[in-house]
Formats: sequence, structure tokens, C-alpha cells
Amino acid sequence: MSFDVPSDRRYLESHEWTTTDDPIRIGISAFAQDELGDVVFVELPDVGESIAAGETFGVVESIKAVSDLYAPISGEVTAVNEDLFNAPELVNEDPYGEGWMIEIDPDDDAAFEDLLSADEYREQIE
Amino acid sequence: MSLRTPPLHQVHRDAGAEFTDFGGWEMPVSYAGISTEHAAVRESVGIFDVSHMGEVEVRGPDATAVMDHLTTNAVADLEPGDAQYSCILNDDGVIIDDTVIYRYPDEDAYLFVPNAGHGTQMTDRWSTHAASLDADVTVENRTEDLGLVAIQGPDAIETVDAHAQDSIADVGRFSTIRTTIGDVECLVARTGYTGEDGVEVFFDADRSRELWGTFDDVQPCGLGARDTLRLEAGLLLSGQDFDPETEPRTPLEAKLGFVVDESKDDFVGKDALARQAETGPEELLVGIHLNGRGVPRNGYELYRDDEHLGHVTSGTMSPTLSEPIALGYVDADHASTGTEIAVEVRGRRIPATIVGQRFLDSLGGNGGDEASDGNDATDGTDD
Repeated sequence: MSFDVPSDRRYLESHEWTTTDDPIRIGISAFAQDELGDVVFVELPDVGESIAAGETFGVVESIKAVSDLYAPISGEVTAVNEDLFNAPELVNEDPYGEGWMIEIDPDDDAAFEDLLSADEYREQIE
Repeated sequence: MSLRTPPLHQVHRDAGAEFTDFGGWEMPVSYAGISTEHAAVRESVGIFDVSHMGEVEVRGPDATAVMDHLTTNAVADLEPGDAQYSCILNDDGVIIDDTVIYRYPDEDAYLFVPNAGHGTQMTDRWSTHAASLDADVTVENRTEDLGLVAIQGPDAIETVDAHAQDSIADVGRFSTIRTTIGDVECLVARTGYTGEDGVEVFFDADRSRELWGTFDDVQPCGLGARDTLRLEAGLLLSGQDFDPETEPRTPLEAKLGFVVDESKDDFVGKDALARQAETGPEELLVGIHLNGRGVPRNGYELYRDDEHLGHVTSGTMSPTLSEPIALGYVDADHASTGTEIAVEVRGRRIPATIVGQRFLDSLGGNGGDEASDGNDATDGTDD
């Protein structure tokens, strides 16, 4: 099966994506949501909290698995997708759109360069 | 050790199943997604390959006596064609496994179904005890040569009836008949592990593709949905909700006392159970509903104020109720329905309430009452 990997964002090996233009949003890839299966719970940081690149910032749970979420870049959380609290299935239905998780104000705009490009990420999951 | 595969493995693979290791078998965990499969069984019908379950046949003049000696329920009460849920205990009264015992409708013999990975162990156990009792029985492990498929859901009986030579609608709960489905000779039992009406069908494993193919318009379901379905129904999972090594529990602690016939002369574990019954068990199985956000999982700790009460053995986000539910063991002094407790989820205590373990009734407004709470005999085999 081939999964959508939009080329307008950057990726972590652990399947999180981030946009590179404002607003900087973070979520998980189509591949990741398929691996998890039906997402039933998402735990996210509060607005104002800081997250650090490579560190966990939350948890996503499907019926069968609990997975940590890793931050692609460091920054301060400016928005949280509260729709996911009542409708976690949005992560399955629209992982790059309505299934986004948090928005951040990045500490360092150059940090995106360290992440996988869409092509590099696609290679990893194929 | 390599994983065993059911005869239908390639059929499942072709259907796009994801697989998991369960009890030494590589079995389908899901096909279309756990929620979809779960909903099919609650709303219409689904089909499960449960060929990983053990099957042991016991025959001979002393078969009833041996069965009664090694299981807790009253085997001698079974009429031909009857089935019965039961426990297999060790001398300490601890559950080694649970099982469904089928008395064949047309021969003086029994088939019992231990959980996945327990077939050889139970065959050995039966043979050893039979020898020490000097009993005249033959014990045969049929796990490899019998296929087992469960067809479950409100439309299950109608679905099977469309292909069966004899009417399944006339077969009572926990009864069996021999009939043919398509061209395959089967033992059809009105039992299951989902909380829904339905059947479990035993047949020659060589005919697996034919039997399964008869129902190719029915949603195939994996072990993922099997687990959420049984948990919503408050049914226990061997190896998780009780286990002689990791979760040693007696039937009294597990609220399975209804399958223990204390009036039997003797059975393995009887004395230990009698001693525990005098003082009462220190911990009891309860149903738990989380009132806050989170998903309870096996091993999560339970508290009441600052007092450690016990732990979760099974938990999930209920697909039917969209509520976080769990089974767990707590201090018997704090086990009554309505008790406010907390589940520790990743270091945080989430408020929770002890509720009836048949969650579809206790949380779903299906009209259940506390007097009927606890497992009952409406469901049979489990993983």
C-alpha cells in the first residue's frame, strides 16, 4: 500500500510531520495512523508549554497500542487541536488536515533542515 | 519456536489481515479495522477464525468421572448435546485455564476447549490424572485436526441457517447439534465470546477453506475485535484476567463461583476453595469506568484516595459505548458498585467508578441490574 506523503512538510523517522510555514503545525503521517489502527485517545501538552526536538510531547492511543509522540522541532505550544479530544478518529480520517495535533512557535527556524524531506520519509516507509 | 499458523492463514493474508502472535499462533488481529469489525458483530454479524483454541476429546467409561475431577462445574449434569462453561484449577484453587465442555449429541464422549497454547498441557494433565485415578478413558488432543470458527452477532443464527442442513434457530443456548454447512460436516454449538447470540462451529480442519468460503459475505473479524467485544460483555481472558503465573486467581476472586459445584464429592482445588470461602477472598474482580480522559490498560494501578487498591487486568476504549472501561482486581472491602476510585495513567490519577462488569448493561442502559451482574453462562469459549 502506498501512503500520502505531502511534499510541503518535513518528517521524523518516528512518523511525525511538521509544516514549515506559519502556522507551524505538527501531526502524524498517514502511514503512522494506518499502523496504529483506530485512534481512540490523544494526550497533548497545554498551550504555553515548551516542547523539545526529539523529546515526547504527547501520546496517541489506538485500541491496540500506546505510542509516544515526538517533537520534530523545539518551541512553545501556541494551539492544541481540542477537536481530537472528542473526535480522535480525525487522526485516522485526515492525518495531514483536521487530524493535526499542536501548533508551535519554533525556537529556531533553521531546525527544519535537520528533518527528513518528504522523499526521504517516503523511502523510509516503502 | 516458530509460530503455528491456522489452515486459513493464506486466506486471511489474501483478505489483507494484519497478524499477531497469540498463544504460539500467528492469528489475524484485524482485517477492516477493529472498530468496523466490532460494530459488525454488535449490529449484524461477523465471523472469526479461532482455530488456535485447543480441542481435547475425552472418551471411555470413566470420561464423566475424569471430567468432573478436573473441572469445577457439574459435568455429570450435562445431557447429550449440552455445553458448559467451567474452570480448571490447580491444588491451590488457582485457575489454570477456563474452558467450555461439550458433551457430544450423539456419542458418549466430551470435547473441551482450552485456550490457545493450552491444548498439549491439558491433554497431558488429563492423561496423568486419569492414570493416577486408574480411570478407563482415552484422551486425545484434537487441536491440529479440528477447525473452529465463530459466527457472532444478532444476525448470526439467520446467517448460519441459510447454509445449514438443520435449523440452528431451534438449538438452545449452550446446546450443540451435528449438521452440515455447505458440504462440510460440523458440530455447531450455540456458544461464543462476544456477548452476542451466535455459534461456534467445529469441523475437520482440512475443510477450513470450504467452511470459511461459505460465509464470504460476512465481515471477517480478528482477535482485536474479539478482545473488545468480550471485554464490553465482561468476559474474562485467560492468561490476562487470570493466569497461574502472572495473575493467580481463584474462581471466587474472579467472580466465577457460578461455575463451581461445591456439592461434587471432589475436584482438584476443592479444598482450597472451601478454605477461601470461609474467610472470603481478599481481592475481587470488578468492572471499572473511567470518568476522565484516558485509556486503562493491563497493569495500571488502582487507588482509593492514597490507598493502593489493586490493578487493571484488561482495559480499552469501548467501541460501542465510546467510554474507557476496564476489568481489574481490588481490595474486597472496596469492591462494591459505585465506589469512587482512581486509575493511574502515566503518573496521573484519573477518577473512576466501580461498575457492573457487563458494561453494555451497566453503562449502556441495556436494562441490566446489579442482581444479575457478574459473568453468567451465556458465553463460552475464550482466547
